[in-house]
Amino acid sequence: MIRIKCPYCGERDHSEFTYGGDASIKYPELDAPESEWTKAIFFRENIRGIQKETWHHTNGCRLWLEVERSTITHEIKSVKVCHPQIEKITKSKL
Amino acid sequence: MTSVRKEKYGKINRDKVLGFTWDNKEYFGYEGDSLASALLANDIKIVGRSFKYHRPRGVMSCGVEESGALVTIGSGSKTDPNVRATTQELYSGLNAKGQNAFPNVNFDFGGINNYLSRFFAAGFYYKTFMGLPPFEWGKGTGIWMVFEKIIRKAAGMGKASREPDPDSYEHANDFCDVLVIGSGPAGIAAAQELVNKNLDVILIEQDSLLGGNNLSKKDFDANLLLSKLKSSSVRVMSRTTAFGIYDNTVVGALERVTDHLPNPDVKLPRQRFWTIRAKHIIVASGALERHVTFNNNDVPGTMTVNASKHYLNRYGVLTGKNIVITTNNDSVYQTAIELHQAGAKVTVLESRKKIKLDLSKEIDLHLNSLPFSINGSKKIDSIDVCKATDLSFKNTIICDQVLMSGGWSPIVNLISHRGIKPIWNQENLCFIPGDIKENISVVGSAKGIWNEKDCIESGLVGANEAMNTLGIHKKEISFPSVGGWSNSIEPLFEVKSNKFPSKSFVDFQHDVTAEDVRLAHREGFISVEHLKRYTTLGMANDQGKMGNIIGLSLMAEQLDKTIPEVGTTVFRPPYTPVPIGALTGRNVGKHFRPLRVTPMHQWNIDHGAKMIEVGLYQRPWYYPKKNETLSDSYIRETKIVRKTVGICDVTSLGKIAIQGPDATEFVNRIYTNPFAKLPLGKARYGIMLRDDGIVMDDGTSWRLGENEYFMTTSTAAAAKVMSWLEELLQTRWTDLKVNVTSVSEQWAGAAIAGPKSRNVLNECVFDPSEITNENLPFMGVLETKLKEGTPCRIVRISFSGELAYEMYIESDYANGMMDILWESAQKYDGCLYGLEALGALRVEKGHVTGAELDGRVTIDDAGLGKMASTKKSYIGSAMRKRGVLNADDREILVGFFPINEKETFNAGTIVCEKDNIKGQGVGRITSVTHSPELGHWIGIGFVKGGLEKWKGITLIGADPIRNKQMQIKVVSPHMIDPEGKRMYA
Ligand SMILES: [Zn+2]
Repeated sequence: MIRIKCPYCGERDHSEFTYGGDASIKYPELDAPESEWTKAIFFRENIRGIQKETWHHTNGCRLWLEVERSTITHEIKSVKVCHPQIEKITKSKL
Repeated sequence: MTSVRKEKYGKINRDKVLGFTWDNKEYFGYEGDSLASALLANDIKIVGRSFKYHRPRGVMSCGVEESGALVTIGSGSKTDPNVRATTQELYSGLNAKGQNAFPNVNFDFGGINNYLSRFFAAGFYYKTFMGLPPFEWGKGTGIWMVFEKIIRKAAGMGKASREPDPDSYEHANDFCDVLVIGSGPAGIAAAQELVNKNLDVILIEQDSLLGGNNLSKKDFDANLLLSKLKSSSVRVMSRTTAFGIYDNTVVGALERVTDHLPNPDVKLPRQRFWTIRAKHIIVASGALERHVTFNNNDVPGTMTVNASKHYLNRYGVLTGKNIVITTNNDSVYQTAIELHQAGAKVTVLESRKKIKLDLSKEIDLHLNSLPFSINGSKKIDSIDVCKATDLSFKNTIICDQVLMSGGWSPIVNLISHRGIKPIWNQENLCFIPGDIKENISVVGSAKGIWNEKDCIESGLVGANEAMNTLGIHKKEISFPSVGGWSNSIEPLFEVKSNKFPSKSFVDFQHDVTAEDVRLAHREGFISVEHLKRYTTLGMANDQGKMGNIIGLSLMAEQLDKTIPEVGTTVFRPPYTPVPIGALTGRNVGKHFRPLRVTPMHQWNIDHGAKMIEVGLYQRPWYYPKKNETLSDSYIRETKIVRKTVGICDVTSLGKIAIQGPDATEFVNRIYTNPFAKLPLGKARYGIMLRDDGIVMDDGTSWRLGENEYFMTTSTAAAAKVMSWLEELLQTRWTDLKVNVTSVSEQWAGAAIAGPKSRNVLNECVFDPSEITNENLPFMGVLETKLKEGTPCRIVRISFSGELAYEMYIESDYANGMMDILWESAQKYDGCLYGLEALGALRVEKGHVTGAELDGRVTIDDAGLGKMASTKKSYIGSAMRKRGVLNADDREILVGFFPINEKETFNAGTIVCEKDNIKGQGVGRITSVTHSPELGHWIGIGFVKGGLEKWKGITLIGADPIRNKQMQIKVVSPHMIDPEGKRMYA
């Protein structure tokens, strides 16, 4: 059972969350050419080690989180809120 | 073996006599007995028959590693097969039976397999695939199909009941600072040390009594220990097995709540499945004694040495009168002394040439001696002995029991679950846990520490590690060293037999012999994992607890390698079997998954609805009048909607409130069609694509205010769309000032469809002249109130092709809204309609739903290409232009008619060309219905190239599952009122 420290809710079981995807992807502008979008959508590293990924606290605060997780051990290095403004608020209040 | 109960021995309660049944005969035991100890006290020698050869087997251990005494408990729906008699507590009225034998374990016809054993060697089962060994007669699957059934029947364990499980199970959760697994000396030392530091400590013990190996001591008092721990506020969970360690120091545990009770309280679950989240785990799981492989080492009366000490001191049962102990290590001598003191004649066959120990003269010690073969079949008559240095020299010793100790194996299973490879310790001939980087400490004999003083010391070191983890302090203390015997152990895994086929067992449960391991090697299975699967070594329900290391040593010998070079197989959870019922917990029957009902659920039922499950939702399916079938009913409902008016619960649609200064920009980016200029008070049907250009969902969005939208989604995609919108706003477009809120539960909705729908609405709203074509045009939105004053929202929207509206109201007022709508609709001879009629109406109009938008379909495939704006960019706008999504042979949405109008077809029908009926054909039918309007069956679906390519050509609808083929033709999906005159009326 992976346990994720949600900055808003505290440490919870991974069953409360939904895995999103690769958090390191910079999605292109909507009017960017097909080639850029193809890269963003289909090209993925198969990382052995720490991977940045998004998790949605679906059965909790509904925040999307950026999690650094080891793909070897499931160890979680860091968790932060994806949205920069909300991230600032959670940091100052928690 | 002649086993007897001894006075003044054991921790059983002799004041409490318990009656039980074994193979339909009545016996007695005492409170505190296990089923195995009670059987031994009654001198019952044969308690099981082996898996392949049906050899008689007795009690071989005193714990979870038991390989012989597997029995079936209970009967009927309460049947529990493959229960280890050694861990089953005795209770009054316990009903146990031997298994894998006919008519019983004492006399078993299957025993003939023993004489045919040369044909049942390793891989026999697999070889039957190639024909029947030894002649490979009848190659091909035919012969295998015949023999498979016979083999299955002959080789077996207990039989499970076919009835539903009558017991209940529970899931439970807990948290603690430190979880200690095992209550032997090391575990107890750790728990006490930690609780003294005011830490929250849970101690788990699989046994009913605390103490671990201390229970084999004559004067150990388990109850005193328990009360000590409880008064120091250690949370003790006995009868609970930690069966697995998972990520983030989470432990799965199974608590046996009522398995030891004769008449359990019906309110109690049989078992609890625990998920315990600890900050640090201390594994004090102990070690298991290994047996020795030699000829006939499985005759009833063979047992591990330490087990006999447990039976004597815990249960007061002396397991033999004339006992031979065979060993290669020091651990047996205390037992030898105690068995002797209890009245047995004890002979020790010591494989080592010399040892330094103080021994009573009464114990007959033979150095440099090995067990060669046991004589006897249903009981031990004598044992042939040879010299370790000369396997040919033989001497026979009369005895009734042979106790074996080939060394000890630390229980590294739980550590192995964490992916940590155990390390071979040549000095102590065992695997010990490897380096652990998580917050887990292994202590005691689980770490390969043999003497009690060092075990206690290691428990304190483990506690110190836990305190380092928890930040109580930072101290480095090192563990006592591994081992601890005064004379070092020497290898004794197998004594080679001169007989063929020999009956030298490595894995008792699966009848794997030393010869089988060598055969596997000869046949080329040189990897441990292959060996395991081919011989089934370690694959029985003890999972190789006893035989694995011996198997490895034999393999190492064959490969001329060392044991660590051969490796070890990976242990996976669970450590001991976990019933499926416990995994399922309360999620059975109606609790299998959540049930969602709309706020007018009861109203629908009261008005005659037959319900259907759609996803998690209960929705009205159809509203039958007297004696009407489903098809009678929905055809009538469909006709009435097209003729006058019908009302349908559409609450299950997803609803999302979109608010904020950038709401318009946001909505405009997620839909393919333009929303930037949607006026206030208007709604629009929209399509959403995924990033990759495939359709995600369809729905509507209504502009309620300058900065406010109300979005509806399909029922199935409601949760997905909500998460998607949140993802976009929180991760990609963080500059947009928009808030999204799911309001699916807050609003109840009803569709009012049919030519009379406007009349019905005007009767229901506060101002009876409010609803006009001008005031509420097609796709218009009106926030108004019902005639008794409740606010509601109305949108003019049509899924049926008729003049139609949807009305939404706060969920608490749903029944009131339905009452008002229904009262008015009845005046126009209207009806209530369900999902079946809704489907028929939309198929007639060629509207797509989830059956069509299945994650493979583009907006052009769905015939909705006109809704893809060319003037703006939106999610998926770049990727939908990919070549592969615009190929000429894309499957395009069309309608289907049967050529013979009397014929019907099913969804899933494959569309093929006339002379090429195979494979995936040229298309598929996704939704079908009888069309009352057209008077025959119709369908929609997809065909390569679309209507243009197949117009006027007869195709075949193939339905191989129903063995049906029929002629069909392709038509426009818009089968009724293609210009939409009715909708705009
Ligand atoms: Zn949260």
